[in-house]
Formats: sequence, structure tokens, C-alpha cells
Amino acid sequence: MSKVSTQLVTTNHSVPETTKKSYLNKIGFGFLYLILGLFAIIQIYPLIWLVFFSLKNNQEVFGMSPFSLPQNPHWENYTRAWTSGNIGVYFFNSVWITILSVALTTILASFVTFAVTRMYWKLSGLVLGLFLVAYMIPLHSTIIPLFNMYNNVNLIDSPVSIVLSYTTFNLPLTIMILLGFYRTFPREIEEAAVMDGCSVHRIFFQITLPMTVPVLSTTAIINMIYNWNEFVFVNTFISSDKWKTLTVGINNFVGQYLTDWGAIGATLVISIVPILLTFLFLSNKIVEGMAAGSVKG
Amino acid sequence: MKNVMSNKFVITLYTLPALLLILVLIYIPITLSGYYGLMDWDGIGEMKFIGLENYVTLVQDKVFWTSTWHSFQLAIFSAASLLLYLGISLVLASKIKGSDLLRKIYLIPMLLSSVAIAQLWMKIFDPNNGMANKLLEMFGMENTPLWLADPNIALYSIFIPVIWQYAGFYILIYYAALKNVPDEVIEAAKIDGANALQIAFRIKLPLISGVFKVTIMLAVVGSLKYFDLIYVMTGGGPNGASEVMASYMYKEAFKLNNFGYGSAIGFGLLVICLVMTWLTSKLTKSNDDVQF
Repeated sequence: MSKVSTQLVTTNHSVPETTKKSYLNKIGFGFLYLILGLFAIIQIYPLIWLVFFSLKNNQEVFGMSPFSLPQNPHWENYTRAWTSGNIGVYFFNSVWITILSVALTTILASFVTFAVTRMYWKLSGLVLGLFLVAYMIPLHSTIIPLFNMYNNVNLIDSPVSIVLSYTTFNLPLTIMILLGFYRTFPREIEEAAVMDGCSVHRIFFQITLPMTVPVLSTTAIINMIYNWNEFVFVNTFISSDKWKTLTVGINNFVGQYLTDWGAIGATLVISIVPILLTFLFLSNKIVEGMAAGSVKG
Repeated sequence: MKNVMSNKFVITLYTLPALLLILVLIYIPITLSGYYGLMDWDGIGEMKFIGLENYVTLVQDKVFWTSTWHSFQLAIFSAASLLLYLGISLVLASKIKGSDLLRKIYLIPMLLSSVAIAQLWMKIFDPNNGMANKLLEMFGMENTPLWLADPNIALYSIFIPVIWQYAGFYILIYYAALKNVPDEVIEAAKIDGANALQIAFRIKLPLISGVFKVTIMLAVVGSLKYFDLIYVMTGGGPNGASEVMASYMYKEAFKLNNFGYGSAIGFGLLVICLVMTWLTSKLTKSNDDVQF
């Protein structure tokens, strides 16, 4: 705007043209904003709609417009969803399995990345290659043999099979992200420590690991989201209710309700709230991790 | 210095646990998948070696090829929708106010589990009380579709939540890449009189073509092995209308107890995925030479 007004004073000739241009610009920008805003509504509205119907009773769901607001929020849908199923158990399983697997993946991947980028050995390229190629393998092709292998060692219907699978299948991506960080990170400090007679373990645990905390937290969050949302492994390897995680648990549970939309909605909301809360507080980390993981792949 | 940092014992200690895990839980199963494909096996009883019979059946199996075609349709559709995401990212990255917030809103569906997305969209597609049909009625449509229950459109109905789920992810990648284009380059172009469109098509897009290729690969290979949403929403139905490779494999093995034949399908899936990975990288690489 200020540009236009200064030009008003200086050159009278160009006035109509510039104002016309800026109007066009404004309309163009308005139009673009409209598209971006519309797209944002498409992305977010289904979730708002979910929250709405989780607070409705059946009369409201079946008798009124799906776009109407819930009249009196029926919070009892949430109590019913939480108490009548095993949601509490599923929730707890998801939490501890996710945390344990993320911790294992992070530490094992750090060991490997350290050994590959900081230590000197002939086969390092080959070993790294094995991890990177594993990223290309579709996990669905492994699921039948995995089922049989776990079955042979009595790990079917045991959370051990889930923790092992999560830890392993997240290793390639985690190593890939760590690799990018380790490679750009100066190794002078570690070299100085070697000069001072420091052992490798001390270097790793007291120097390298603390220095990589920023990238470790990124990979941990990405792994956390993947594990929390994982479905196929649990659906295939776990059959008893006491070891099911939230995704598989709610899938079976919601299937039983069929017409009780309120309880279904409440169950789904309960399952996604932890992820949304994480996103609310750590969105930058998540964005960073997702971009890093994909582009380097 | 070299002595400490090339200690064989430490190297083994640090790499062996992770290495054993990926060998035992990824590489051995992949090999076994091809091997089980040579067996007649119900998953519980004895395996019976039947040679290539399963693979011969697979090549002639109409359902398998229909499922493969469905997977490829999803792949083509996902790859094509990348252009939409690219367009949105171009606008988003052109110093627009609120782009950070918008980008994060777009990403939210990507954070949800496939189960939650599937269950939510089953409600949206509900022919009587769902949001989709009520919206169409508001626009005056009378014979509203049955969505997932209609064999003609069940597969394409599932494409909608797939887009919804992944849009924010690809926009995020493109946005990050576009932000990496140095300001000086764009300023120089402006001084030379390039307009916004020219800057977008002649400067920004060529500079992020590498990232675009990676996303094509991600979209194609990710689509070929797509499973969760389809399994939960339709189970491949109605009557195989939305069956894809992975869901067909799962059904044969874990519903019909044909572990041998299921493994053969799984091995087929692996081969198709690897071939497509190779082919996509080959095709997008040759583009490089064409560019200015």
C-alpha cells in the first residue's frame, strides 16, 4: 500500500496501472487464501464432526442433520466407552509397548550409527547397506513367515513379538535420520577424548549420545507415532484382549457397537487425543522428523 | 587413536544386536516367504512340497491380477495427486501469512491411526446418516451413492480418505524443499523481470525436482503395499471390488488358512514392489538428462 501512495505523489501516469495491478493482486491473493482455507477445512472438519457425534445420543445422530451441534453434550458416551470395553487395558498396552520399543530402537540405532560413522572397520559399508535396503522391503511380505517363526517359539499372543517387531522395523528409518546428523557433526571432541585415553564406551555414552539428543528426540517422536498407530502386527500376532493395543482393540470394539454412534465416536476420540496433544506441544519436532525421514529415504 | 576406534570387540557389541534383529525378523522372513510359496500348507499341519504350483496358480489367478490392478490404480492416483500437493505448497511457500499454521493443520490426519481414519470415514460414508451424502443432498443430488457398499465405486471411495491422510505429509516435504531454494536466486530472477509463474515453473520446480522424484517413489511403492485402511473399511469387498495385493494375501493366509498360497502372493508383492522401486528410480533419473 505504501508503495502505491508514494508513486501517487511522484508519477501521476502510472497511478491507474499500479492500483489496478494491486487490486488484481489482492483478488488473486484472496482467491489463493480461499483455496488454502478450504483445504484446511477439508482436513480438519471430519475430526470436528467426529467430536460432535461423540457427544450426541442416537436420536440426534439418526433424527437430525449430521451438521447440527450436539444439544446437551452426552459425556456419558465417554464413560460408557471407557468402562464397558477394555479401553483402559488397550490404552495401557499401547503406552508401555510404544515406550519400550522406542527406547530399544533409539539406543540400538545409535550404537549402529556410532559404529558405522565413528569407528574404523572394513565391513561398515556392507552393514549399513543391509539396514538401508531393509527400508525398501514391504513389511506385509514378511508377515506370514514372521507369524510362523513367532508361533514356533511360542511368542504368538505375547507382547514380546510386538516389541521385537516394532523395534526392528523402525531401525532402518531411525538409522537413516541419525546418519544425516552424525555425518554433519564434528568429530573433534570425540577425537580429543580418545587422545585423553577415554574408552569407547565412555565416548559413546558421555559425549556422543548427549550431543545427539536433539535428533534422538526427533526420531523418538516419529517412532512413537508409528508404533502408537500400528495395526497389522498386533492384529496378526495378538489374539487375547489382555495384550491388544488401542488400534486393534478399538477396531474390534467399535465393530460390536454398530449403531451406537456416540460410543464409537467417543472411543475414537479417546484413541487420537494422545497423538493430538503430542502434536500440540511438539509440532515442530514432528514436522522436522517427518521431513527428514522421507527426504533422506 | 585408530586402535581404540577400531576395536573389533566394541564394533561387534554395538552392531550385532541390531544386525541380528533385522536379519532374523526382516531378511530371513523375506527369504522364507519365497520358500513357503513352494509348499501346500495350512499354517498348522505338515508342509508339503509342491514345487512351483502356487506360483503357476498365482500367474493365472484372475483375482490376484485384479487386486494388482487395483493397487496400481491407487499408485497412479496417488502419484497424480502429488501435483495438487505441489501446487498448494507453491502457494504456501510464497511468503504467505499463516503458512506455518496451515501446514500443521494439513498434517493432522497423517498423525492418526489408519483404524481411526477408517472408522471415521465409514461413518462419513454412511449412506443414511453420513456427512458425505448429506452434503451431496444439500447440493441437490437425489440418488446419493452407497459409497463402500457399491462395488463400482467402493475402491474409489477409499481413495478419498487416502488422499486426506497423506496430503499434509507431501505438502510438508514440498514446503521444506521450497524453503530451501535460496532467496538470492529468486531475487535475481525478479530483477531480470520474471513473474511469479515463471519463477515457480522455471526456477523453483526444477530446483526441487530431486525431492519430487523421491515423493513419486514413496507414493508409488507406498500405494502398492497399501493395506490397513482397506482391510478395516471393506475387507477387500464388496465381492473383491476393493481387493488389493496385500489384503488378498492376508485373506488367503489368515482367513482361508492357505499359508502356502498366501506366501506366494506375499512374494509376488515383494517382487512387484522392488521392481517398481527400481523402475521409478530409473524413469525419474532419465528425466535428469532432459533438463536444461
